[in-house]
Amino acid sequence: MGCFDLQQNTLRDLNAALHRQGDLLRVGGKADTQWEVLNPRGSHAVAVGVDGPLQITVCGSVGYYCGGMNQSGEIRIEGSAGPGVGENMMSGSIRVTGDASQYAGATGRGGLLVIEGNASSRCGISSKGIDIVVRGNVGHMSAFMAQSGNLVVLGDAGDALGDSIYEARLFVRGQVKSLGADCIKKEMRDEHLRLLGDLLKAAEVTDVRPEEFTRYGSARELYHFDVDRADAY
Amino acid sequence: MCGIVGLFAKNAELQSQLGLHLERMLVTMSDRGPDSAGLAIYGTTAAGKTKLTVQSSLPDSEFPKLKNVLEAQFPQATDVQTIETHAVVSVDTEVSDRVVEIIQNEFPRLRIMGRGEAMAIFKEVGSPSEVARRFSIGKMSGTHGIGHTRMATESAVTTRGAHPFSTGPDQCLVHNGSLSNHNNLRRGLRRQGVSFETENDTEVAAAYLSHQINSGNSLGKVLEGALEQLDGFYTFVVGTRTGFGVLRDPIACKPAVLAETDDYVAFGSEYRALVNLPAIDRARVWEPEPATVYFWEH
Repeated sequence: MGCFDLQQNTLRDLNAALHRQGDLLRVGGKADTQWEVLNPRGSHAVAVGVDGPLQITVCGSVGYYCGGMNQSGEIRIEGSAGPGVGENMMSGSIRVTGDASQYAGATGRGGLLVIEGNASSRCGISSKGIDIVVRGNVGHMSAFMAQSGNLVVLGDAGDALGDSIYEARLFVRGQVKSLGADCIKKEMRDEHLRLLGDLLKAAEVTDVRPEEFTRYGSARELYHFDVDRADAY
Repeated sequence: MCGIVGLFAKNAELQSQLGLHLERMLVTMSDRGPDSAGLAIYGTTAAGKTKLTVQSSLPDSEFPKLKNVLEAQFPQATDVQTIETHAVVSVDTEVSDRVVEIIQNEFPRLRIMGRGEAMAIFKEVGSPSEVARRFSIGKMSGTHGIGHTRMATESAVTTRGAHPFSTGPDQCLVHNGSLSNHNNLRRGLRRQGVSFETENDTEVAAAYLSHQINSGNSLGKVLEGALEQLDGFYTFVVGTRTGFGVLRDPIACKPAVLAETDDYVAFGSEYRALVNLPAIDRARVWEPEPATVYFWEH
């Protein structure tokens, strides 16, 4: 197992070492696939651009953009994450045992982001396929302009949930403070219960049932310009 | 960007190390803004005494002159301590208005940075480590303090444009963000008799808060009013003689982290700023909610 202490070595060295393992795996070489990162102390850009099936445990809280652009990596953050955790993630998974700051999983294209605490504003903004499961609450403007993928919130959602949303699905178990423009409550059909059940299982959430959630999504009224609705744009 | 920090010490041991902790916190935030830096320290108070923090670009010639003039006019009532480009003038409160008049009329090149029973403000162009070293911030003690490192976006990089801003006794403010209605607010405040020294948006916010406090409102009430009146992006940390407050605008895109233990409340633009504080691993750490007033008092 690779162990990397950010008090002893630079962040650049850490990320280069992680990228090297991906390169080695692609050419069929032998690589260290298990990594432990010590003393992150709020550092930015920890384990950014991982491109390979590595298991990385970050022992402590991180700053901006941890796990950004992750492809295939399984990243566990034992602590809280600053803004933009898992930004533009492609695949793989990221688990945050604490809270996540604003725009967690922004623009994410795939993979699973699990936040065991709360996520603050703009969680899943402009998501393009990522699945996000938040055990606690999410802040205002979450899933703003979310195009596809799923956002599951076991707690409450803040103001303007799903504003200008496209085809992402939102499942909220608690209260929604307000819905954003063109976001509406939707019927929970069998296919949604099955999908949500699979998402909860993938996130290792076993203490709640899909039936406890409400589904929200796009009313599809903002897709095309309509002069009679100019006020809503 | 800009980086801001604050520390509210709940016990004597931490109060004796206030400057040391604040300096470390601010230096960690250097890459959020290297243009200028400043700190406000709420230190010891003495009954009937007021501190005036005065800045000069010619400290070697101006401060001895100031000392002579004040000692001649108010023997035993004034004390001038020079620290680099700043001097902390301790005066009997009853003569403080007259001392301010003398400074303004006879020493036009001196700038009064702040005034109060407890507060002293040190700010200059330069990086946080340079500014902290010049003023020996690490050796200062106090009950609470706030600091700022600036990446200037909307007005000049000058000593006066550096934060913290103070426009009222023992009141100061640091700001990360930018206000969009500061010109209009400044015009309104000028009509009500408030004077301004810079074109900086944060000075307007500080003046607004001080004007409201002087009108008899509590800081908590004033911060709630700020949510209505101030348009733009802001994370504010506000200091008063006994307290320390935090306010974020409703959009809350400027970062903020709070930490609390039995010994302190700490604020940082990022968690990185807090990692050297004692027992941070056991602190309650959270992101302050948008449009919500947080306030602690001694």
